[in-house]
Amino acid sequence: MNLHEYQSKELFAKYGLPVSTGRVVRSADEAVAAAAELGGDQCVIKVQVHAGGRGKAGGVRLVSSEEEIRAFADHWLGNRIHTVQTAEDGQPVSLLYVEEITDIDTELYLGVVIDRSTARVVVMASAEGGVEIEKVAAETPGKIFRASIDPGLGPQEYQGRELAFRLGMAGPQITQFTQLFMNLCRMFEELDCSLVEINPLVITTEGNIHCLDAKVNIDSNALFRHPKLAALNDPSQDDEREAQAAEFDLSYVALDGNIGCMVNGAGLAMGTMDLVKLRGGMPANFLDVGGGVTVESVSQAFKIILADPEVKAVLINIFGGIVSCADIADGIVRAVQEVGVEVPVIVRFDGNSAEEGSRILAESGLNIIAAATLPEAAEKAVAATKVMAAA
Amino acid sequence: MSVLVDRQTKVICQGITGSQGTLHTEQAIAYGTQMVGGVTPGKGGSEHLGLPVFDTVVDAVSATGATASVIYVPARFCYDSILEAVDAGIELIVCITEGIPTLDMLRVKHHLNGSATRIIGPNCPGVITPGECKIGIMPGEIHLPGKVGVVSRSGTLTYEAVKQTTDIGLGQSTCVGIGGDPLPGTHFIDVLQLFQDDPATKAIVMVGEIGGSAEEEAAEFIADHVTKPVVAYIAGVTAPKGKRMGHAGAIIAGGKGTAEEKFAALREAGAKTVNNLAEIGELLKDLNLSSS
Repeated sequence: MNLHEYQSKELFAKYGLPVSTGRVVRSADEAVAAAAELGGDQCVIKVQVHAGGRGKAGGVRLVSSEEEIRAFADHWLGNRIHTVQTAEDGQPVSLLYVEEITDIDTELYLGVVIDRSTARVVVMASAEGGVEIEKVAAETPGKIFRASIDPGLGPQEYQGRELAFRLGMAGPQITQFTQLFMNLCRMFEELDCSLVEINPLVITTEGNIHCLDAKVNIDSNALFRHPKLAALNDPSQDDEREAQAAEFDLSYVALDGNIGCMVNGAGLAMGTMDLVKLRGGMPANFLDVGGGVTVESVSQAFKIILADPEVKAVLINIFGGIVSCADIADGIVRAVQEVGVEVPVIVRFDGNSAEEGSRILAESGLNIIAAATLPEAAEKAVAATKVMAAA
Repeated sequence: MSVLVDRQTKVICQGITGSQGTLHTEQAIAYGTQMVGGVTPGKGGSEHLGLPVFDTVVDAVSATGATASVIYVPARFCYDSILEAVDAGIELIVCITEGIPTLDMLRVKHHLNGSATRIIGPNCPGVITPGECKIGIMPGEIHLPGKVGVVSRSGTLTYEAVKQTTDIGLGQSTCVGIGGDPLPGTHFIDVLQLFQDDPATKAIVMVGEIGGSAEEEAAEFIADHVTKPVVAYIAGVTAPKGKRMGHAGAIIAGGKGTAEEKFAALREAGAKTVNNLAEIGELLKDLNLSSS
């Protein structure tokens, strides 16, 4: 689960990480009031969306008058922002963050991730702040310094000091950074984070260390033990159909093609999409109906797939393990009748009761095309979209 | 021969009285697995599916001599259940449950360092040695005792690979689902080593997917240590970057973990790769394993 910058900074403040004072606002009036409350001649105003790259897209501005604040708020609130990290249509903006300004001397990078190879929490730091860390990692990996946290012992102060010295810090900054390092690691573990990024972490003109941006991702699987964090979820930032699918325990990801896919199992769903592409088509989505497929979930899956106007055919690929293809066939027949599916539906069954499932579909009198093998199903789906396009 | 489990393996089920535990224990018994008991705290002393139920794993182990445990408890209790099994001296833990917090698995793996226990999963279909022992949720009837070792991060994708090896008559020595989580208890490399050392395994099918670098690490291991033929398939060529594809571990993060990179690493390591998952069987057939 992603958090907004303002939410991440609230958590930072609780863990003693240095952040600026700021106010989250929902209107131009609130923004003006917040700026007045913060005082000073200038402040920074930022759109709050679940995506990076806001600065380059015009979503972050230094403002010094009420007119500028109102212009910024009127421009963004209720609109969408497109950045290098968003989809084509961007993310909706309904919140702004008004923050005190920071005088920056140096920009650094600090991140915490879970390293899959070593099964450890790893802190990454670089003097190349404010830029994409992936780029630094790819082009100049030597400029990224790492500290691997022992799960039994937790973070150690020497690890923080080591990073501070490598980053070129001196004097009181060493202690400040070490403190920040220890608190950041404690927060990562206590809140079940899956990613924390401070990009940039800055050294101010007064020589203090300060978190200018904050990105926190929480492990969704751990939300059961963090009800307060779960409440921070902002569904407006999620893809509508993905959120709708999640409500029915379906895993859905929208793609750009025109062949809707419904598959049981995440790996097989990807494999099915790949095969569609191999046969010259493009999948419209990833959709895993899960191990415990039911009539209800098949019906919901159809609705979600068909909500995409690009979909010209639906390919259903079910490998019956514990679940019986005959039950799925009943579900498909009912769903096609209920939902009113107008595009060709191609079905491939294998495994448990596959033959009976195919028989049920054949006898249903509906426009359902059966395929004996997965490649055949992919070919028929691709052919169906071409017929639709020609018609 | 086989790896990890055979007809001698005595298995208990943690969470045996729950709906999943009940369903899959029944199926395991029907398959011929030596299920010897189950654990549900508070229900010790009772009987379920004709098996004794114990309050603790320690009790179950001392009464039955079980060396393997399969876990069907809900995700939030898995950390506790896994550690209980480890500390009770269980040699093989198979955790089927999906949705365990990543940091729980990180702590479990740390606790395991230096212990003799092996964990398969979580978020996996389990382990099966066809005709001998089935621990998990895979459909037994698609398997055939034979000579191909199958290792995979995915459930139903494994079934596809298994069915193809059955259809061409080669069958499987053992099939291991290592699961779709970011921190699996057992990696490709561990299973590749087991298959390399197992005389009954004549060829290996490896099914990977996007996310992480386990396939790249496996490729390195194959190049250095595996002499048996490896057929590999990676799912997710069409997966977009930055999107989690169902499995917690299946995500291309920061441009890393793409299917293309994994395919390339495996090809370079000498594995035979297929772009079409339906061609795994055909490729195996071309290896002429029956003559070797």
